[in-house]
Amino acid sequence: MVRQLLTDFEDVEEVNKQLDTMGYNIGIRLIDDFLSKANVTRCSEFRETADVIAKIGFKMFLGVTATVSNWNADFTECSLVLDDNPLVDFVELPETCQGLYYCNVLCGVIRGALEMVSMRTEVKWARDMLRGDDAYELRLKLIEHVAEEYPYKDDD
Amino acid sequence: MRCLYIFNRNGMCLHYHVWLRSLMTLSPQQDQKLMFGMLFSLNSFTAKIDPVSSGKENNPPCSFYSFRTNTYKLHFMETASGIKIILLTDPRIGDLREALMHIYSNIYVEYVVKNPLYSPGQPFRCELFNMALDHYVKTLQ
Repeated sequence: MVRQLLTDFEDVEEVNKQLDTMGYNIGIRLIDDFLSKANVTRCSEFRETADVIAKIGFKMFLGVTATVSNWNADFTECSLVLDDNPLVDFVELPETCQGLYYCNVLCGVIRGALEMVSMRTEVKWARDMLRGDDAYELRLKLIEHVAEEYPYKDDD
Repeated sequence: MRCLYIFNRNGMCLHYHVWLRSLMTLSPQQDQKLMFGMLFSLNSFTAKIDPVSSGKENNPPCSFYSFRTNTYKLHFMETASGIKIILLTDPRIGDLREALMHIYSNIYVEYVVKNPLYSPGQPFRCELFNMALDHYVKTLQ
């Protein structure tokens, strides 16, 4: 799939964006699947959310768990470190694609899923073994909680 | 079993299914808007007057799950993703919270969310969903 995108778009940045968008579309559906299977109650804090993603979410959909670390001072940003990333089995990045985030789809998935539970976030790769780092690390940042609004205008 | 509504977090009625409803006083759009608005207010109301919750963010929010009149009982469930499932039934029926959870996990998620032709946030009409729902509802009666 990534190879097809590279052929279609040629520009690595564009492919990164496409992967993120595809991930987002998956995430907004995945959340219902997750909620129906995981039997978790609404998380009261972002710390709990990160734990649930790392331990239950990743386990359910990728078969691996991640560790949560590197919290910032007010607990709105953290890192999810994956020891094993099944998406990259048998994958190597050639020199022409050095800017590519092969697993960018995961960033979109997490962002989409969290948006459906009223959290706006930013998810990026901090470390990527395909690019020469020593581990897979996602940086997860909470931008804001979006309160549930009454969607109808009171005009009738 | 009288009828079923499914709403998403934006107030859009994703699905309305009726088995037995002899009286409908409003047009479908008004009926759905009224239903959503009432439930939104009721949920917010029940959370605010909760006498037990300590008010800290650590407790899960209080939500109502049914109310009963002399002619019908309304059962309600809301997921963290904002999907609201409402069932109107005969007033003698007991607690249907597990049934609502089953409808969400095994019917809505299986046949609608996982359907590649469905765009989230839009009303849906899906034969498999209707069949599975009818079949499950028969087992409840």
